[in-house]
Amino acid sequence: MIDWLVIFSKTLLDTGRDVLPIAAIIIGFQIVIIRKPILHPGKTLFGFLYVVVGIALFLQGLQMALFPLGELMAHQLTTPEFINIDSQATKVSWLSYYWVYAFAASLGFATTLAEPSLIAVAIKAEQLSGGAIHAFSLRIAVSIGVAFGIALGTFRIITGTELYLYIVAGYIIVIIQTIFAPKLIIGLAYDSGGVTTSTVTVPLVTALGLELASTVPGRNPLLDGFGLIAFASLFPIIAVLSYAQIAEWRNKGSLT
Amino acid sequence: MTFLKNRFIKQIFESFIDLVPIFTVILFFQIFVIEQPLPDIINLITGTLLVILGLTFFIIGLELSLFPIGESMAYAFAQKGSLFWLLAFAFCLGFGTTIAEPALIAVTNEAAEIASLGNIINDSDAAKSNYAFGLRITVAFSVGIAIVIGVLRILHGWPLHYLIISGYAIVVVITPFAPDEIIGIAYDSGGVTTSTITVPLVTALGVGLATAIKGRNPMTDGFGLIAFASLTPMIFVMAYGIIL
Repeated sequence: MIDWLVIFSKTLLDTGRDVLPIAAIIIGFQIVIIRKPILHPGKTLFGFLYVVVGIALFLQGLQMALFPLGELMAHQLTTPEFINIDSQATKVSWLSYYWVYAFAASLGFATTLAEPSLIAVAIKAEQLSGGAIHAFSLRIAVSIGVAFGIALGTFRIITGTELYLYIVAGYIIVIIQTIFAPKLIIGLAYDSGGVTTSTVTVPLVTALGLELASTVPGRNPLLDGFGLIAFASLFPIIAVLSYAQIAEWRNKGSLT
Repeated sequence: MTFLKNRFIKQIFESFIDLVPIFTVILFFQIFVIEQPLPDIINLITGTLLVILGLTFFIIGLELSLFPIGESMAYAFAQKGSLFWLLAFAFCLGFGTTIAEPALIAVTNEAAEIASLGNIINDSDAAKSNYAFGLRITVAFSVGIAIVIGVLRILHGWPLHYLIISGYAIVVVITPFAPDEIIGIAYDSGGVTTSTITVPLVTALGVGLATAIKGRNPMTDGFGLIAFASLTPMIFVMAYGIIL
């Protein structure tokens, strides 16, 4: 229990330190430039403390429960014994890694659904659109995008194809979709790319990428281990634009 | 107080629902695919409870503080009408929240390691920490610039997609010139810069500005700041790799 308290106070201090520059900027501008007292200072301070304590508890819990297990699983799923290949082999068919794709997709889906910053943006979008955009459906759409993106990203690592080509192809799809998508959703869709990869997703996905790149024959973890986050930030844009497009087709006019 | 209590109970339940999928995935793969027993059940359960509690506190705190602060500051700046200070605030918010981001620190250290293996820099600790620090400043600077561009866009009502598509075009054009070692990191750096505290604040700032300024629609004009913040680091990190 004492140990736990020590570790927790360390996490709390770390979170506090990360928040400090933000608090300093807000308070500084509020006092020096805006020169108006903050409305409901007590409530705001309370809320801020809630945020800091919340993030600290969240990180602490992830480190206790999820990260060790997730990293262990990423390792176990990519070992040559599990894939059932000869560890001396120089070339392996990408088909042998089917469990890795399944794991990558489900991990991407599930971690994105729990991502706090995505929840925040989804709440805001639902409020602003007066309920036309449903927070939970938006999160599901984003999660599907991340799931697909990460599965494709693991495929890229396994086959060793160029990251550049996938990203360019993704951009082209986004541009084409932008032309047809309801104008109301475009900003939100572009934003959803950046918000998905945060506290929960980044550590787990990075671990998966590095494990894969170090076990697949012919891959270099330093060169091929990166790029999964880029996939996880690109495909949600495509998913949200498709979601809006489908919603528009289904009940014409409600989103535009 | 009863309001907060009810809100709390409701939110705990929602947080629980949000976390069900992760645990389903982990349990399924652990038991049916890897066929191994779960290590350390006690830590798993305590950790899960902490995650649920943490998410609950975060969401409640978000609605009490981060959203209202971001929006009220946006209104105040819009009323004051000082473009310079608004842009200064936007830059500081982007730069200040990114420079201390733990995920970014981890990624830049990794990048320095790769650069030394690729003989771009010397294999000494000093050279590596220099390189990593330079990269961190670059990314933080690029996020600051991104928020400034995003705020200017909201003020002038420029269509978001033209700017983003031009950004994509720059990424595509400069990638062939960037050293191979840095491309993966550059592409990933766009995703890791936006943290859990930055996102709600920046979103509230954008939405607040778009609400306060006549002729802007919070839905079409308010979003988009995060999109810039995930795009500019890719360009700046590759430029950093080309110049060094």
